[in-house]
Amino acid sequence: MNILVCISNVPDTTSKINFTDSDSKFDKNGVQFIINPNDEFGLTKAVWMKDSNNASVTVLTVGDSSAEAILRKCLAIGADKAIRIDCEAKDAYSVAKEIVYHCESVKYDLIICGRESIDYNGGLVPGLLAGYLNYNFITNCVSLEVESEKAKCAREISGGTEYSECDLPLVIGAQKGLVEESDLIIPNMRGIMMARQKPLDVNKAQNLNSRAIDKKFFKPEEKSEVKLVKSDELDKLIDLLENEAKVI
Amino acid sequence: MSVLVYSESENGKLKKSSFETASYGKALAEKLGSKLICVSFNCSDSELLNKYGADKIIHVESSSLKEFTAKTYSHALSQVIENEDVSVVILSSSADAKYLGAYLAGITDSSYVSNVVELPESLNPFIVRRSCFTNKAFSSTEINGGLKIISISSNSYGIEENNGDGIIENLDLNEVSTTFKVSNVEKQSGKVTIADADIVVSAGRGLKGPENWHMIEELADVLGAATACSKPVSDMGWRPHSEHVGQTGKPVASNLYIAIGISGAIQHLAGINSSKVKVVINSDPEAPFFKAADYGVVGDAFDVIPELIKKLKAR
Repeated sequence: MNILVCISNVPDTTSKINFTDSDSKFDKNGVQFIINPNDEFGLTKAVWMKDSNNASVTVLTVGDSSAEAILRKCLAIGADKAIRIDCEAKDAYSVAKEIVYHCESVKYDLIICGRESIDYNGGLVPGLLAGYLNYNFITNCVSLEVESEKAKCAREISGGTEYSECDLPLVIGAQKGLVEESDLIIPNMRGIMMARQKPLDVNKAQNLNSRAIDKKFFKPEEKSEVKLVKSDELDKLIDLLENEAKVI
Repeated sequence: MSVLVYSESENGKLKKSSFETASYGKALAEKLGSKLICVSFNCSDSELLNKYGADKIIHVESSSLKEFTAKTYSHALSQVIENEDVSVVILSSSADAKYLGAYLAGITDSSYVSNVVELPESLNPFIVRRSCFTNKAFSSTEINGGLKIISISSNSYGIEENNGDGIIENLDLNEVSTTFKVSNVEKQSGKVTIADADIVVSAGRGLKGPENWHMIEELADVLGAATACSKPVSDMGWRPHSEHVGQTGKPVASNLYIAIGISGAIQHLAGINSSKVKVVINSDPEAPFFKAADYGVVGDAFDVIPELIKKLKAR
């Protein structure tokens, strides 16, 4: 079984968000980049499937050479092979199309993405891939079992869980629950050493025009100071919520 | 050219989000000088969309759409798009709408932008404002390409009534074959979900243990609110993952968010930032949440919450 895990290189969750070039670009200065958390849940699941499904796991990112550090980390976690498509990741459409192009030459039974990246939060790439490739698709995926070309999966829905079945090939959007936070694999020294021997291919990009262009970024307006209410004057809090904020 | 709104329904009735998407769609259609078409699947009260300015309501009744799947719903929408000369498709930000939106963008090769928070600031070029970096920033995004799909953040536009005299048209669909089958849906009944809630009551480690959640549930009950929790609480298994809100959990865009015993880590604040009014109750006056909140109470949750419940009940 052939699995592709699509990895997004994102700013660490504690990063300060700043912009440069007259607020048209994200300021990478001093920012630590990590594997997108939702992708990492998916990668962990894929590494487990090496044992349970005799799978081979390829990780792929669309990005410049600065993204190679996280690909090496993915190899240390347990992926067999890494691919970097050499171009700047501009928007979900162009990224998805680069991956689609790759998937036209190499067939995968299962493509795992995170349900969304924590930087642009679009949640578009997995659905676009499934739509363009005409594969089955499930996002917000919290459970997946594959047996003889058939998948049983579960999706978190508003207020519950939906269980479904389908044939492969399948694209999933992974999230917490597919594996737990405590299941995430921290690379050990052996893994890190082995990662250096594993292939990391750099593929030429198609360089398509993007369809969503960030013209200018804004930060939310500064908040006014919090209004404090004494803990023995809760009537005042209720009054403020009822008559000032008008939310209850 | 028309603006097409996908009007979501549940158990045959329109969802509240459908009124917001229709309101947004009407305002956009007027800006564009075009018509608003609303489409719903297996929905018995779609005529209500007239109240929000629909010029045409397309009613699709099909057994193949009994269960929601991204593929069958997207193919149904793509047939409507083909029939109606649509320039923009409007979706809500519900889990289902975002699920089908990206797939629909793939099969129709269109340009999709999610998390849109306002009407377009310019029509030519088409520029919308969307939230990004988990609400720590916004981007003015230019959308290129023919057909555009946008999903709007819940509660970002609001509901506007508008007289419409939309004629209801029935449409028969060509069914699409798929191996994807929904086998079972488990849903808690009678409980307000985080996505649909106007008020969310959320608690963190300050509650000391899962056994103390009864007062959070009681407070939520009194307010008609959904319950939520911080990441450590769901990681420790005190509460289910589905309640975890924050950067790696669920986003919250309610009118009122009450945080009890949650210090306010940057990742948590990012996830709840688009809530309109935030209240913090925490015994530590230095907790970062006080910088993000509109109203705050410095006090022990075990004293404040029972008292607050009592006073709310007495109202």
